[in-house]
Amino acid sequence: MKFLLIMNVNPKVLDALTEEEQAMIGSGHGDFMNEITASGEMISTQALSDPSASVTVKAADGVPTATDGPFVEAKEFIGGYYLVDVESKERAVELAKKIPDATIPGLGIEVRQIMFEAGSEM
Amino acid sequence: MRGVEDALRAAVPRVLGALTRRYGDFAACEDAVQDALVEATRIWPEEGLPDNPNGWLYRVASRRMIDRIRGDEARRRRESVAAAQEVPAEAAGHDDTLTLLLLCCHPALTPASQVALTLRAVGGLTTGEIARAFLVPEATMGPRISRAKGKLVGARFTPPPEHERPQRMRTVLRVLYLIFNEGYTASAGERLQRRDLASEAIRLTRMLREDVPGDGEAAGLLALMLLTESRTAARESSDGALIPLDEQDRRLWDRGLIAEGTRLVEDAMLSSELGPYQLQAAIAALHVERDDAADTDWAQIAVLYRILNRLDPAPMVTLNRAVAVGMSEGPRAGLDLLRELETTLNRHHRFHAVRGFLLDRAGDREAAREAYLLAARTTASLPEQRFLRRRAEEVG
Repeated sequence: MKFLLIMNVNPKVLDALTEEEQAMIGSGHGDFMNEITASGEMISTQALSDPSASVTVKAADGVPTATDGPFVEAKEFIGGYYLVDVESKERAVELAKKIPDATIPGLGIEVRQIMFEAGSEM
Repeated sequence: MRGVEDALRAAVPRVLGALTRRYGDFAACEDAVQDALVEATRIWPEEGLPDNPNGWLYRVASRRMIDRIRGDEARRRRESVAAAQEVPAEAAGHDDTLTLLLLCCHPALTPASQVALTLRAVGGLTTGEIARAFLVPEATMGPRISRAKGKLVGARFTPPPEHERPQRMRTVLRVLYLIFNEGYTASAGERLQRRDLASEAIRLTRMLREDVPGDGEAAGLLALMLLTESRTAARESSDGALIPLDEQDRRLWDRGLIAEGTRLVEDAMLSSELGPYQLQAAIAALHVERDDAADTDWAQIAVLYRILNRLDPAPMVTLNRAVAVGMSEGPRAGLDLLRELETTLNRHHRFHAVRGFLLDRAGDREAAREAYLLAARTTASLPEQRFLRRRAEEVG
């Protein structure tokens, strides 16, 4: 079963990280990617740019209209994700715990199962 | 080219068995057989099937192994080359399916790896085909298979000791059933590529059964697959919507599969020790024995679920039993049974779907609607979600 491990980040928390913490996160993601690639569970991963540069398109008087800024005014944003194919939901949670973000207060990983997909070259 | 493909895939376990017995190194032999398969897929359709397909594959795979050994230890083994080119009699006849299945379903491997390795080493599918069937990139499936083979280094190509055998056989059957379900539950959009997994599981289970004709559970599993497969044509409408058992057009059921599955499970239950697959097959047989859904023998089904629960207790078995009890003794009796599942299954959509079904029959339409909607929200399958939403509308 496939799960999206969604990394929720708070830009303020990220900015306040010490250099060691940043290095730990960087190498931690490297180790995590190697581990789930070798186990045959990794499908893909993406990291997103800062939400301050986002443009949001939504209806204004029934017409799609673009405005600068993220969709939700919030402190936390989606920073990126891992798409994994695993044995069970328990295993997905186990993997989420290995993502370095899970050790930093203010960051967190949401585990959500995939329901439908199309378009990817399998 | 169906003939070529069938001949190729049927040859895989025999050739791999003979090769592994000769060279010992299962992982390397498995690679060699895959290479030979690729070459055969290229050459056979042009030049026609060789007189002895197994021998042809064995020779090509054996050459790969020799190249490999030469690379490893240049001269030392050269003298063995001539001998290795001779095709042992067992590549032509001896059937290693069971030993190979037991090896691929080794307890050191995760279920996903057991499934992938079984499909490759026994089923003769390529890594790409397996990846497509499971809707993951080849880059995900490749390491999964390599890692599985890596864990088997040193494992001997001999059947497990007698005291381990029952447990190891149970794993083999579970892996085959996993493959079948992966194919059977494929939804509309995925059907074309994934339906093959169900037929592949049936083919492998048939091969296994030929190896262990006296094993009641192998027979039971094959019967269960055939009886389930018999309803395939009736379970989905042309637009991909799920059709529940009681609304299916029974004329679309495959009578041949029903007859074969029913005979298999009846024979198995008479001649061997009772087991969970035989019981599930017997239940599946009861579901398809009547021409009218209203005549289904729910009391008998409820009894079989009770025995199954004693033999192999699981919340899902109790859940299915609640449906049968609800149909034979009344919806309130079924709902009473559900109560003991409240803590274990309340995040599972099937629990809420069954609750909705029983509440609806008990006349509590508002609660039924809510249960169906909750079930629709918790399922991860799109066709199931549509079906549950439709149910919610119908009762509400």
